[in-house]
Amino acid sequence: MYLYSITFYIFSLVAVLSALMVISARNPVHSVLFLILSFVNASGLFVLLGAEFLAMILVVVYVGAVAVLFLFVVMMLDINFVKLREGFLQYLPFGALLGIVLIVELGILFLTKSFSENSLSQFVQSPQINEVENTKLIGQVLYTDYFYLFQISGLILLVAMVGSITLTLRDRGQVKRQNISSQNFIDAKNAIEKKKIKLGEGI
Amino acid sequence: MIYLEHYLFLAAIIFTIGVLGIFLNKKNVIIILMSIELILLSVNINLISFSVFLNDISGQIFAMLTLTVAAAEAAIGLAILVVFYRNLGSIEVNKINKLKG
Repeated sequence: MYLYSITFYIFSLVAVLSALMVISARNPVHSVLFLILSFVNASGLFVLLGAEFLAMILVVVYVGAVAVLFLFVVMMLDINFVKLREGFLQYLPFGALLGIVLIVELGILFLTKSFSENSLSQFVQSPQINEVENTKLIGQVLYTDYFYLFQISGLILLVAMVGSITLTLRDRGQVKRQNISSQNFIDAKNAIEKKKIKLGEGI
Repeated sequence: MIYLEHYLFLAAIIFTIGVLGIFLNKKNVIIILMSIELILLSVNINLISFSVFLNDISGQIFAMLTLTVAAAEAAIGLAILVVFYRNLGSIEVNKINKLKG
């Protein structure tokens, strides 16, 4: 049990510190890399909790897709990031006050209400976790009870894909493209011309 | 021994860091999007820890849906950012008032 606690504290400490570095790093590339570190540590915590499938999905989706997308955009845009940091120190005292108030309030909330199994287990309806392994259980529930939600999330991804393509696609006008129909309707008589060329004269 | 409250505190701390990130980096849209990702990560931690400690799988399903929506949101947000940069040559948030229709 000590090992569990130590692992939890290491993973959560690194996750929190790298989250702090995300918002305070000068270079946005470093911010994205710290975001990746934070997500990897969070997925370690999910493994610790016993939600292996979600942990792997987090690594694949976030580190593999979203963070790389962020990195791509940050590196593609040529922006003066120093100018964008104006006002960071100006808002820092008020922001720190706001953050402290928020975290103290959330802490008070968690300490007053006890989230034990007895008080909340009346709401539990789905199958119990310990019976089968995590991935199989998610599959059993996702494709039966939550099938419509699953399909709607697929639709959301489709809409996001179409939206981002239409937003970033631009028609440049003077770019030469293939015209398939004119290529198909071309006639050999008009396209090819025969010429007799005398020796040593050229065209 | 680690209880549910430990995970909830961790999620609360990451949530607060995300809110602070939006507040402090007012001009930089990229950092704001990353802060939103941090907030969604803290929501995921909350959902999964509740799911595990209450012995109920539906929390993990909802965490997956959150992940989907977060990925879609990041893609569209970055697309808008690229278009905005192409039109104005800058990504300062306080210049977005040109979006008036």
